[in-house]
Amino acid sequence: MAAQSKKVLYGLYNDEEELKSAIKTANAQHLDIMDVFTPFPVHGLDPILGLKESRLHIMGFVYGAIGALFAFLAMTWIFTSDWPIVFGGKPYWSVPAFIPIVFENTVLYSAWGMTITFYTVCGMWPGVKAKTLDNRITDDKFCIAFDVSDAPEGDVKNLQGFFTKTGAAEVNVKMM
Amino acid sequence: MSQPVAPVRHVLIEGNKSYHQITEDLCSPTEKAPSREWIVVFALATAFVGLYVFAIVWTVWKGIGTWNLNRTINWGWDITNFVWWIGIGHAGTLISAILLLFRQRWRTGVNRAAEAMTIFAVICAGQFPIFHMGRVWMAMFTIPFPNTRGPLWTNFNSPLLWDIFAISTYFSVSVLFWYTGLVPDLATIRDRASGFRRKMYDLFSFGWTGSAKHWQRHESLSLVLAGLSTPLVLSVHTIVSFDFATSVIPGWHTTIFPPYFVAGAVFSGFAMVQTLMVITRKVLNLKEYITINHIESMNKVIVLTGTIVGVAYLTELFVAWYSGYIYEQFAFYNRVFGPYWWSYFGMMFCNVVSPQLFWSRSIRRSVWWTFFMSILINIGMWFERFVIIPTTLARDFLPSSWSLYSPTWVEISMFLGTIGVFFFCYLVFTRVAPVVAVAEVKAILKVAGDQYIGPKAKKAHGHAHSEPATKKAEEEG
Repeated sequence: MAAQSKKVLYGLYNDEEELKSAIKTANAQHLDIMDVFTPFPVHGLDPILGLKESRLHIMGFVYGAIGALFAFLAMTWIFTSDWPIVFGGKPYWSVPAFIPIVFENTVLYSAWGMTITFYTVCGMWPGVKAKTLDNRITDDKFCIAFDVSDAPEGDVKNLQGFFTKTGAAEVNVKMM
Repeated sequence: MSQPVAPVRHVLIEGNKSYHQITEDLCSPTEKAPSREWIVVFALATAFVGLYVFAIVWTVWKGIGTWNLNRTINWGWDITNFVWWIGIGHAGTLISAILLLFRQRWRTGVNRAAEAMTIFAVICAGQFPIFHMGRVWMAMFTIPFPNTRGPLWTNFNSPLLWDIFAISTYFSVSVLFWYTGLVPDLATIRDRASGFRRKMYDLFSFGWTGSAKHWQRHESLSLVLAGLSTPLVLSVHTIVSFDFATSVIPGWHTTIFPPYFVAGAVFSGFAMVQTLMVITRKVLNLKEYITINHIESMNKVIVLTGTIVGVAYLTELFVAWYSGYIYEQFAFYNRVFGPYWWSYFGMMFCNVVSPQLFWSRSIRRSVWWTFFMSILINIGMWFERFVIIPTTLARDFLPSSWSLYSPTWVEISMFLGTIGVFFFCYLVFTRVAPVVAVAEVKAILKVAGDQYIGPKAKKAHGHAHSEPATKKAEEEG
């Protein structure tokens, strides 16, 4: 999959409002947008691109629950069966004293789990070569990209017309 | 005058910036040769790192006896410094997490540097308890794993162990939060670089492209990490205060300690952020991004938390008197008028009296006053921890074992050394990454840039931009 090269037609806009109205136009014309790239998170982009809400926070809850359970059960096992010790005349299973560590472990598991999941699902990791269409996307350009690998000449013309009409500052083709 | 967004919004980005200009201004400090000021301060910091290494080697080689701790006063400068640094390490996460949840836009100017500061302060803090263990190679036994001593475990009921969990969790979650926020900005630097530099930033930006789906996940992650960090930051200093509050020593055994420590931590953390920001904005020429409005907002937090701390000090005294318990009363009499009376009055002056100057708007908005006050508060908060720790221990249960304590050159060197370590790390950070969050500043440009809001907003331009800016403000709620 990764080895295959794609032919990408992309247009760069100067402003996020131009980008948003261009996406709306593309939706009206039923154009199949491959991806949109922006230098910062643009609000109101997700609904018009039809992106579903991220489920990352659900995973955060799951990891947190695992962390909490693990800490609580581990301390319970250690203090009641593996090596019971009396500390200051308190019961072996001194639940209130477990609260701080259970809390810290919940946060630890949730944060690490979510972050690792985030990088994994985004395909980001140290050493991953960025598939950058244009260096200015991380600076001040807003980009709409179309996959035109198998598109007939007419469709490409049509897309170029779309970019001109919606006010793209630049239109380029790149193999990636 | 018709304004595109509510007039209560402050201008947070000055100088009529475009997106590209923001990239230019914030990334260029990492691309130019360092200035002469930077080199001088870096050389000084490095010298103090050397002092730190020397003090540590001396301590480990000769033993903990090179410190002036004795049987009565068994916690001295070490734990004082530890709590001081941990407190400083609270502002970063507070700014980035709690202010994110409260939708305070001014956080974007200072959050990145404050988070970095947090991480470096926690590194400095960790040195003291670790080396106080004496046989530092035994430090790993604080980690609960079945070890070669048989199935013997750590004491999960001890606040000292809670501290290990709290601080290590806080450190690692802060690093995640900070680095994940930094990745898009490192990608910005990557896309401006070439050759070896580009290769390095390619490695560290993890292949970030700025895809809409990635941004969505990034926002979701940041929000949940902020939500997790908010109770975390409050828990860390609460648990640090448990080290004292769960003991049976009069003067430590008080229920007011957790909230009082947290307020003090925020107070000292903001003071250190001010110290660093006032210098950073001048040296790196970022006055248009870290504006007087940012400084004023932080000074407001300082006057609030300083006053909370003041109320806590007075409550302590009142409750000691009201308890009618002579040993508690003696502990507090000793705290105020005992052998270390000067540290108590130093603390009261620096932490409670002096921040009240910030009720004045002109002082709040003065860079020189802010810098001076931030140093004063840093000193005052160090006194606070000194007052709590050695002063209380010096007059313990048996008058025959009463003692006094002054640090040796080893303890002083170790403390000054950690200040060197802190500045060393911060200075390196200013060279390799943007100290202001580039993408976040761009995201608030249209609601906080001076060409869109405030008295300098362009009227001719205003109409064209007013609509999107208002819409955006509404969407963000």
